[in-house]
Amino acid sequence: MSEATSATPLTLSDDEQAMLDGAQGEALALAMRIVTGLARANGAPYLIPIASAHIDSCLYHGVAGLDFAERLASLGGRVKVPTTLNVSSLDLLHPGLVKGDDETMVNGRRLMDAYVSLGASPTWTCAPYQLAEARPPFGTNVAWAESNAIVFCNSVLGARTDRYGDFLDICAAITGRAPYAGLHVTENRAGQIVFDLTGLPQALRDNELFPAVVGQLIGRRTGTAIPVIVGLPATTGEDALKALGAAAASSGGVALFHVVGITPEAATLEIALQGNPPLEVVTVTRDMIAAARAELSTVDGAALDAISVGTPHFSLAECGQLAELLADGPAIDAAVAFYASTSRRILEAARPLGFVDVCERAGVQFVVDTCTYITPILAPDTRVVMTNSGKWAYYAPGNLGVDVIFATLAECVASARAGHPVLEREPWGT
Amino acid sequence: MGDLTGKVLYGGTASGEVMVLDEALSFWGGIDRQTGAIIDEHHPQRGSSVAGKVLVMPYGRGSSSSTSVFAETIRAGSGPLALLLLEPDVILVLGAMVAGELYDKRCPVVVVPPDDYSRLATGQLVQVVAQMGDTACIQMTDAVPA
Repeated sequence: MSEATSATPLTLSDDEQAMLDGAQGEALALAMRIVTGLARANGAPYLIPIASAHIDSCLYHGVAGLDFAERLASLGGRVKVPTTLNVSSLDLLHPGLVKGDDETMVNGRRLMDAYVSLGASPTWTCAPYQLAEARPPFGTNVAWAESNAIVFCNSVLGARTDRYGDFLDICAAITGRAPYAGLHVTENRAGQIVFDLTGLPQALRDNELFPAVVGQLIGRRTGTAIPVIVGLPATTGEDALKALGAAAASSGGVALFHVVGITPEAATLEIALQGNPPLEVVTVTRDMIAAARAELSTVDGAALDAISVGTPHFSLAECGQLAELLADGPAIDAAVAFYASTSRRILEAARPLGFVDVCERAGVQFVVDTCTYITPILAPDTRVVMTNSGKWAYYAPGNLGVDVIFATLAECVASARAGHPVLEREPWGT
Repeated sequence: MGDLTGKVLYGGTASGEVMVLDEALSFWGGIDRQTGAIIDEHHPQRGSSVAGKVLVMPYGRGSSSSTSVFAETIRAGSGPLALLLLEPDVILVLGAMVAGELYDKRCPVVVVPPDDYSRLATGQLVQVVAQMGDTACIQMTDAVPA
């Protein structure tokens, strides 16, 4: 018969069974029904304790999400593990910046309040891994939602989370448990598809946009399989890996990637593959890179209305790079709006270093607690936006109805000053 | 023609018209939650609506937020009546579970083996009977008159 009838039954500990039966309150019982329901759906044999959670459900997507959070809160729900909150629908530090409809503004705020009342920390960032206390150690089991946070957590930190959706995140936080399945299981973390970049010119591999373009490419070609990348420069840092993972989790369902010699489960190709033969080896060519890069721009004209950087949220280092580019030289053209998204914590850390002042004097509008591609921040007549983010470039045309130009941070600054796109031809060729 | 079977990820029953998606779809950014229309610019069936359909697609794609959007479409009546997948997708199962908890509206989610999956075609009328722990039954009731 099919595997439908051969699934391992879920075994619960006495404590877990008590939670499910309502012995520890109705909120825990509801959260446990969701956790065990998912465990049964994905064939988990038992539940495992988790060390932290990152909640994506705090972004408003309609009444159902609000009803769920308020139901948990009204039943007395409380998180059992340290819990961070993803971006919301509002920028609480810059009121008026988000021009949402009444429903989103009112219910979005109620949703934020509900999650804080459940005991989650008001971090409001898609990049919790930039906060020292929220970085789980290697090998730790956690329950993180938000696709870029999931892929960073698994790939760069080597902590373990499955590709969770909204609601499981808060239910795992309240119960302190997650199903033992998916990427919590060592064997399921083996690399499957090898992407060999070693034949590409060094100048291309060293380009700032290269990691995001590789992410776009591997997301398209692997779906939900686990890619192993060979040939990224040894100097590739966390911000580059953030860009790569975010792009791969947008164009595909990538929740874990390995980079040989760089990420913690990939000291060698054989280790990344856990000794298995790869399902496929893709020798990446210049043409494949050029095609993936071309997918991230929808227009090639002279118009430019806005710049948006910081998706996922800018790190402190990226705030510093933007400040350095803007420190000397002309201010941003008044006709071009320049948005930089980051978390309130990173913004506070950047302030004493002078980064915020330099950027704001040059004309940059910082956005915190939310992001420019999920909430109405751009002026309604915005048509062409330049970004250095593969993720923003992937989603914004559909979400916002704008055209997008994918470019480096330096090109974004040069273009903002000029009032029109200023792009380097090299190293992409033709 | 015999009935199709599948593995139940979330139980429920539904009868309706099949809509087969040619490509995976992210509910977040891909569906208008008020109308159920496909709005993903990259999707070949942009403009069609999933509302009231037995939706057939290979797997979910993209964001964790698809869970919230899926639950909201079930609440609002703009979502599918049942979801038949080729590969399990926890993000969508969670949305169905929460809509069931909050509103007692059950949208069954079933994984269908490849041979059966390939027999599903847009326009067919089917009845989905899915009980957790049991094999799901997808009964072809009739074809839609041309």
